[in-house]
Amino acid sequence: MNAKMQSDSISLLESLAQTKLADCYQCGKCTAGCPRSAHMDKTPNQLIRMVQLGDVDAALKTDAIWQCVSCETCTARCPKNVDCAAIIDALRQVSYERGMTSKQQAAVVLFQKAFLASVRRNGRVNEIEMIAQYKIEGFAAMRRLGFLFDGAMLAPQLQMHRKLHILGEKVRDRDLVRRIFARCMDGKA
Amino acid sequence: MNLGYYPGCSLHGSSDDYQQSLKACFSALGVSLKELDDWICCGATAAHSLNHKLSIALPARNLGLAAQQGCNELLAPCSMCSLQLKKAQKAIAGDPALAAEMSRIVEAKPDGARVLNLVEAFERVGLETIKTAVKTPLADFKVACYYGCLLTRPPKVAEFDDCEQPESMDKVVEALGAKAVAWNYKTECCGAGMTMASEETVLELSHKILADAAAHGAQSIAVACPMCHVNLDMKQAAIEARYGTKYGMTIYYLCDLVGLALGLTPQALGINRHFAGRKA
Amino acid sequence: MSRIGVFVCWCGENIARTVDVDRVVEEVAKLPGVRCAQNYKYMCSDPGQSMIREKIVSEKLDGVVVASCSPHMHLKTFRKAAQTAGLNPYLLEMANIREHCSWVHPDREQATVKAIELIRMAVAKVKNNHALEPIKVPVTRRALIVGGGVAGIQAALDIADAGYEVVMVEREPSIGGKMAGLSETFPTLDCSQCILTPRMVDVGQHPRIKLYTYSEVESVEGFVGNFEITIRQKARYVDITKCTGCGECSKACPLKKNKSEFDFGMGTRPAIYMPFPQAVPARPVIDKTVCAMLTRGKCGVCAKKCAAGAINYKDEDRLVKEKVGAVVLATGFKLYSIGKQDGKVTGYGEYGYGKYKDVIDSLQFERLVSASGPTNGEIKRPSDGKTPKNVVFISCVGSRDNAKGLPYCSKICCMYTAKHTMLYKHKVHDGQAHVFYMDIRSAGKGYDEFVRRAIEQDGAKYYRGRVSKITEQDGKLIVRGADTLAGTPITVEADLVVLAAAMRPADGVTELAQKLNVGYDQFGFLMESHPKLRPVETNTAGVYICGAAQAPKDIPESVAQASAAASKVQITLAASELTREPEIAHINETTCAACFRCYQACPYHAIEKAEVRNRKGELVKRTARVNVGLCMGCGTCVSVCPSKSADIEGFTEQETYAMIESLI
Repeated sequence: MNAKMQSDSISLLESLAQTKLADCYQCGKCTAGCPRSAHMDKTPNQLIRMVQLGDVDAALKTDAIWQCVSCETCTARCPKNVDCAAIIDALRQVSYERGMTSKQQAAVVLFQKAFLASVRRNGRVNEIEMIAQYKIEGFAAMRRLGFLFDGAMLAPQLQMHRKLHILGEKVRDRDLVRRIFARCMDGKA
Repeated sequence: MNLGYYPGCSLHGSSDDYQQSLKACFSALGVSLKELDDWICCGATAAHSLNHKLSIALPARNLGLAAQQGCNELLAPCSMCSLQLKKAQKAIAGDPALAAEMSRIVEAKPDGARVLNLVEAFERVGLETIKTAVKTPLADFKVACYYGCLLTRPPKVAEFDDCEQPESMDKVVEALGAKAVAWNYKTECCGAGMTMASEETVLELSHKILADAAAHGAQSIAVACPMCHVNLDMKQAAIEARYGTKYGMTIYYLCDLVGLALGLTPQALGINRHFAGRKA
Repeated sequence: MSRIGVFVCWCGENIARTVDVDRVVEEVAKLPGVRCAQNYKYMCSDPGQSMIREKIVSEKLDGVVVASCSPHMHLKTFRKAAQTAGLNPYLLEMANIREHCSWVHPDREQATVKAIELIRMAVAKVKNNHALEPIKVPVTRRALIVGGGVAGIQAALDIADAGYEVVMVEREPSIGGKMAGLSETFPTLDCSQCILTPRMVDVGQHPRIKLYTYSEVESVEGFVGNFEITIRQKARYVDITKCTGCGECSKACPLKKNKSEFDFGMGTRPAIYMPFPQAVPARPVIDKTVCAMLTRGKCGVCAKKCAAGAINYKDEDRLVKEKVGAVVLATGFKLYSIGKQDGKVTGYGEYGYGKYKDVIDSLQFERLVSASGPTNGEIKRPSDGKTPKNVVFISCVGSRDNAKGLPYCSKICCMYTAKHTMLYKHKVHDGQAHVFYMDIRSAGKGYDEFVRRAIEQDGAKYYRGRVSKITEQDGKLIVRGADTLAGTPITVEADLVVLAAAMRPADGVTELAQKLNVGYDQFGFLMESHPKLRPVETNTAGVYICGAAQAPKDIPESVAQASAAASKVQITLAASELTREPEIAHINETTCAACFRCYQACPYHAIEKAEVRNRKGELVKRTARVNVGLCMGCGTCVSVCPSKSADIEGFTEQETYAMIESLI
């Protein structure tokens, strides 16, 4: 990535997150309060530091951005009003758009993808449809048979509590939903 | 009293016990919930993780519907939905160019309906009103009020209670005659939407919550979010298996507790459809 | 006809490179009223000044224009030269042909023409100048010090030792300030009270220091050299002239368990108490909010026990007036309150201060370490009195925080935190200190070595990162922080947590500043005249500031500033009269219509409403009148006066219009 592309990426991230990266003075309070930081390959303050230094690509490829649970603790506690959670969101958005998502975290990426696909089709999430897509695409990506059957025992339990809704719901104006998705994700007018 | 009602996908899906409880409880309080017609998904974690515009557009569409349908106050019982709606509202209010773009994308004009989470809705009814309506005070209940992440954070968006030491849910619980225990994990994350894609995360984080609640003498945990409920209730058996501890902790939706205090039966409130703890 | 001399300076190359100084001299010599004109390489030098002086005498000049640099540079120099030669200094003006001409215009022709025009204007002005005499204001040669902390004490002793009378007003029952409550001071680890109390005693015993303790400044009238201060002496309910300081009253008082202010709530004191054993004056005071006699009319045990009959339940606040010539504000600081709302600044709920007993702030820790503190110098957990084996110190609580706290750095915390780790280790040999920091600011003499000593010799563990949350579990405090250098979160199980809270100005300082017309910033720190060159002066003549009231600082800096303020006070009090520049406002009392718009507009409250009376004492008219001690010559009154009665000496309307007309 050359210098211009780097600075464009940084501007893009700042504009998506609506926050200023130069404000961060690397105090580490975000990392300190993050429930996942002990498991991350790069901690939240390190992700911001990487972008500050222009190493955007490396940040986009981390597992960390997909391990984030969006609990917003970092943003709530930042002494410089840097919206750290929004930066992580922005990194996810750009990473996904550029096809640079972490292989280790494929399950998380595919889950979100399946969720949105179901919403795009129906206007609301159809849980069975979403899980089906998630399982199929996840198996294709990870090639682990066990993946198909993880959590399968939950189905009969859900059924027992009358929580398994096979059919799911569809919104009436589904065409509008598809137009919204096209405008946002496909760059259509 | 009338409130607009935005269920969100969970309450119509595998967390429809929450909707059952909500409807029974508010009906008993004399509040009529008018469901937003043809509402769509708010986008949840997936939208804000994958596409910025979409994460604002999907909630914006619902705000536009609320405006069209004359709804001034909109109850969104899922804390993710309520936060996403509030976030979109704030982003649009502060940026006229964005407001115009969103109106164009969602083919409706998102207006300023007041978005309420479940606790705010009870505050709207009034704690005194609720106290007066209590028929069976929850005298022996020791409840840990679990706020989770998105009721109070980020503080500039949620604009609700204090994000470090919140007390709003505790006050509702105390109005029902129950004891709200003091504990350390009121606002620590349960693992959110990682239930399927990263089960380990949920087991680890939700285990800490159950352990701390139990350590502080709680017999049950009150929540105001379907995701928190799933992670603490549906996954409780898996947590117990993983960490070798028995909790048997009942996870109540806050409206379950209000309903019980108003004299409704556990069956009417859907409590028998929970996985862990007391079903009756 | 005027006899004006014009002296054009080359300023080396600075002017002469751009402006044709020979041509300028040739042209201005032709101006009507100009008697002589010449140029020289360095007009401000000795030969240059001699030249001016000689010409004043030989040509009998009645006005001088020096065309050179900015008046800010050398106006005083040239005016002194003129005065030496017998010419009234206010008949000398400067034309700035450097900053306003040669330094900003590259074109030689244009710059030369402009230089000539500038001189033409100056000549026109000088023709209209009046001779002026400096204004003399009488001076009361006494000083007031507000605040009896280490800065106030230092200033008071310096001024009193120089021979002047000092009045000191201290709000607490004893002087000593925050330093009296500290354990040891960095970087020497001197016992704080041991080095301070001799000074406190000096103040108490000094023949020229009049000490008002448990008192506050009620109101201020007057101006530099002539202040009248009204002091409120709060009721102590103890007559300190009769009291012998025996302490029997405190021993007998049944209401023992009141939170001690001196111990910042770590200890208790009775309702009648001496704040600490080395208090000056060593006399008790009754807390009227809890005393049974004063609140309910019951008890009276202390009066019964008092052999000297010094207790007086009927005591009342007293107002006393003092006249002084200069004031020093040394009101010190307080710590940012961590767990509470404080105006715009909100608390830190994530640290559990106020919720968990074993989370305390730095001043509270000082009292635990102090040998005269509530635990006699043993470090004990407030919750159960046990010795803490792991103590976490958190830096920057409330400082360097734009979101919830104050944006500035409080300067002293890095140093005192290192000190705290050392004092802790010296007392608890098997204890471990943990410090969470962002940066180490140790820029004084021996300071960095001191911090390294804490780490390298006394084994303090330093983690570079902030703490996000503190929770309590099984009697231990779980501290969740981070180390950004290693890139990892760090959790410490602590027995005690000490928060290094931000330094803020003391309560009530803004009200006091308003009484004295002294500015303060958005945080309440008193405003210095110039941050670099005038750190202890204010924009109000005769009022000086020093110590933490001006900005966060440590003891050596406070003491240095106190001496600096004292020296400024001594300059003010040195003569029995103060000389002021006469270029101030003057009101023509004949034409003044007494509308008093100037009175309302004057930012220095320098206009008085006066009466003109005839010999019979009958009122002839009212008029506005300028107080020559307070006026700063800003010209606001001139601009608002509808009858053109107000004017500035040395910058009159006539002089100004003459300058403008000379160009037309």
